[in-house]
Amino acid sequence: MDLNYLTAHDIKDKIKKKEISCREVTESVFSRIEEVDVSINAYIRLEKDSALKSADRIDKKISKGEDTCDFTGIPVGIKDNICTRDITTTCASKILNNYIPIYDAGVIKRLKSQDYILTGKLNMDEFAMGSSNENSFFGPVSNPWDTERVPGGSSGGPAASVAAGEAICSLGSDTGGSIRQPASLCGVVGFKPTYGLVSRYGLVAFASSLDQIGPFARDMEDCAALLNVICGHDSHDSTSLDAEVPDFKSFLKDEIKGMRIGVPSQLMLEGIDPEVRGAVNSALKMAEDMGAKVEEISIPNLEYALNVYYIIAPSEASSNLSRFDGVRYGFRDSDADTLRNMYKKTRARGFGDEVKRRIMIGTYCLSAGYYDAYYEKALKVRTLIIQDFNDAFSKYDVLISPTSPTTAFKKGEKTDDPLSMYMSDICTIPVNLAGLPAVSIPAGLSNDGLPIGLQVMGNVLREDNVIRAAYALEKAIGFKGIPKI
Amino acid sequence: MTGIIKTENNYESTIGLETHLELETATKMFCGCRLSFGEKKNINTCPVCLGHPGSLPVINKKAVEFAIKIALALNCSINERTIFHRKNYFYPDMPKNYQISQYDIPLGVGGYLEINMGDYVRNVGITRVHMEEDAGKLVHTGSTGRISGSGGSIVDYNRAGTPLIEIVTEPDIKTPEEAKEYMTVLRNLLLYLDVSNCSMEEGSLRCDANVSIKPEGSDGLGTKTEIKNLNSFKFLRKGLEYEIKRQKKVLDSGEQVIQETRHFDNNSGTTKALRSKEEAHDYRYFPEPDLVPIIIGKDMVDAIRETIVELPEEKSRRYMEEYGLSSYDAGFLAGDSKIAGYFERCLDCFDDAKAVANWIMGDFSALANKEKIHISDSKVSPESLCRMLKMIAGGRISIKIAKTVFEEMFNDGSDPEEVIKNKGLEQISDSGELEAIIDEVISSNPGPVGQYREGKKKAIGFLIGQVMAKTKGKANPRIVNAIMSKKLR
Repeated sequence: MDLNYLTAHDIKDKIKKKEISCREVTESVFSRIEEVDVSINAYIRLEKDSALKSADRIDKKISKGEDTCDFTGIPVGIKDNICTRDITTTCASKILNNYIPIYDAGVIKRLKSQDYILTGKLNMDEFAMGSSNENSFFGPVSNPWDTERVPGGSSGGPAASVAAGEAICSLGSDTGGSIRQPASLCGVVGFKPTYGLVSRYGLVAFASSLDQIGPFARDMEDCAALLNVICGHDSHDSTSLDAEVPDFKSFLKDEIKGMRIGVPSQLMLEGIDPEVRGAVNSALKMAEDMGAKVEEISIPNLEYALNVYYIIAPSEASSNLSRFDGVRYGFRDSDADTLRNMYKKTRARGFGDEVKRRIMIGTYCLSAGYYDAYYEKALKVRTLIIQDFNDAFSKYDVLISPTSPTTAFKKGEKTDDPLSMYMSDICTIPVNLAGLPAVSIPAGLSNDGLPIGLQVMGNVLREDNVIRAAYALEKAIGFKGIPKI
Repeated sequence: MTGIIKTENNYESTIGLETHLELETATKMFCGCRLSFGEKKNINTCPVCLGHPGSLPVINKKAVEFAIKIALALNCSINERTIFHRKNYFYPDMPKNYQISQYDIPLGVGGYLEINMGDYVRNVGITRVHMEEDAGKLVHTGSTGRISGSGGSIVDYNRAGTPLIEIVTEPDIKTPEEAKEYMTVLRNLLLYLDVSNCSMEEGSLRCDANVSIKPEGSDGLGTKTEIKNLNSFKFLRKGLEYEIKRQKKVLDSGEQVIQETRHFDNNSGTTKALRSKEEAHDYRYFPEPDLVPIIIGKDMVDAIRETIVELPEEKSRRYMEEYGLSSYDAGFLAGDSKIAGYFERCLDCFDDAKAVANWIMGDFSALANKEKIHISDSKVSPESLCRMLKMIAGGRISIKIAKTVFEEMFNDGSDPEEVIKNKGLEQISDSGELEAIIDEVISSNPGPVGQYREGKKKAIGFLIGQVMAKTKGKANPRIVNAIMSKKLR
């Protein structure tokens, strides 16, 4: 087996047994990148030299018998909206094309403290706005299972790189499904933790009240291990929870007997591809066979989730993105003659269409005279959705649904129809509105050979239930997909 | 006389003030950068106050405490739950292109500040006290230093993120004089709280005014204008006086006042339109999602209330009761925390409060004003002032001599003992010595002596004056009077 397709926990074992070295793993990952990234385009920037240097240093450390952590020497890719000191962080936007952060994000500090290896910065939809990774200044990302198709978005790079063996794990960000939907479309595990569990410090904000960083991995064990690294309080982020962080690996128990599983009927309607519904239903059958109690439930306000999201997220974005003005950093259009024109031209030429569309929607929603009808009302409905979830979690330990209504769609298929693109996130958005933890795991392949994802949702800070259910289902489903690229 | 008397329309003005105060905390409102004034440009900055991508604000607890202190001192009620909003607008001195401020749930609401106008007292309502962050500073390059015609602009973000408190009054202020008094009382109060240096020159205390006029006695309010750049007590009064006059002219000519923002130009003493209501920004306020609500419990409010020192109003009342000072004197001494401090230190070593008050408010203030320094910064220490006051009380020097002595003390920080010794100013109270001089005066002035003995008692004044002249003013007038009266009998 190729080293680049090993899991982090396998690599850790094999390094410990001196079967392989960090350098070998790192070289294997980079040779895979050199081989396939021409067609995948998962990376915006590679850090090969520094990665190999780190690998050698870590090998020396290990040979001296120094202690290692779960992610010591593991090649991890980072979505390009997470700030890495001295390494460009572009958000896949022209406007930050040349931006080099002067500080490390909270999660990067945590990974560095474990001596991880940064492979490079991963492609994404510009400013994390999109569901297909076609909105990147650096070109679209291809799905490793079928390069004619999209990998999902906005974390298309993080998902595709892990699926294609171009990274062992990766970090993405999830505002409305941006981790789970591409994980689903690429056949990998993608986890969005409880809002506030992972520091947002250094994550370039899209929608502050929804954004959350999370891991991509090839199995639940790596996913839990990476959660262990990135979760925890950060005094630089006021919305960071001061909750005790459990050992997420301790929830990797193949035991869901008696677990109460709810299936929201609103997420299993006709809009969901029959094959996707089939895969989810067969997984639910497995859960029942393992002794879980599965019931359909209704979460009435879910039908408004998409509407609420497309008011709140663009509103926050319109303000968050106003700092990109060409004054202090990033792209500046230099042929403007006045301040006003500099702002206008910089932003007109620096942002892509989808970003501009959302800035306009958000600016409109927050404008005097419209605020009450849109933003204020959306906040109220958001509260209703949270109450609905509270009710559901008083009866169920986890909720299960498809992650994405469909498998990976063709590039260009939805680019002219923003609304149908927005529908891709119908199953994932409610989770962000309520700040819940949720994971997407592979549930099998479609007849076309495309991955299908299944979503497990838990109550706030009940990662334990999510991991337990997902781990048991992962074992039962036994997905062993490696795309033939 | 034609018999036609042109009556001028009578108007009354209504003024509301918005004051911004930079807090003197160790660090900025939302990051760990030091506060600075006059330092190298952009030296005290970080990803947060430069608005770098991914950076997040964290509330400065000390600033919140200061804000609560201010709100309490202004008799506001403190909102138990207060939140920040984003105020969105594009300007290069605003690193994020939004200001983190407060909107519909400010920290403190519904307070008042009492101003004493001599003939009357007014409670000026405080609508709100809220927290926000300051912007950076734009420096326009080129000869004029103004934005028009400049070659470019440099931004200094040292000030960006400095904790700022906004204090908004109700439209309770009626005249420019009242506005000036309000600012004076407010500034004194804030100095007492020790939360800012309150320097209008350095811009740590700034003031904007809303002003409108209406026909005298009529209901409602006229259309207001907002005047910016009223950054000294003088400019505040002048700017308002000009603007009221301007509005009167507009109304008298049959036109309407336009709601707009106007800039006070302190060179010309006039106000000029900046932008009208139609051009006003839509700030698109919405709750700051990067911060969580601040919950201010009763315990916290009580603890902060404990730290508030005796404030001017209370202090003044105590001075009147404890020391029998007049309302004016007590108000003067208590109004300025440094003067009050000086006064109270004097009372530690000398217990005639009235005498201390008289000196501080009299000669001392006069000299300090002339030199444009504050009493507390003068060379005269409270201890040394007290030594002099004791000499007066003990009859060692007269009030008149004391004035000379004090001037010396004020000018070079001399000790009163030394001044008296060096200049030989000590009063002659030795009756033996005085008797000899008095005898001499009596024998050489038979005229006045005769007049006195004939019943013209006033003549003694002349004789005492002669004694004082011979002693160069050092004779103790009380003793001279006694001996003289006895000898003339």
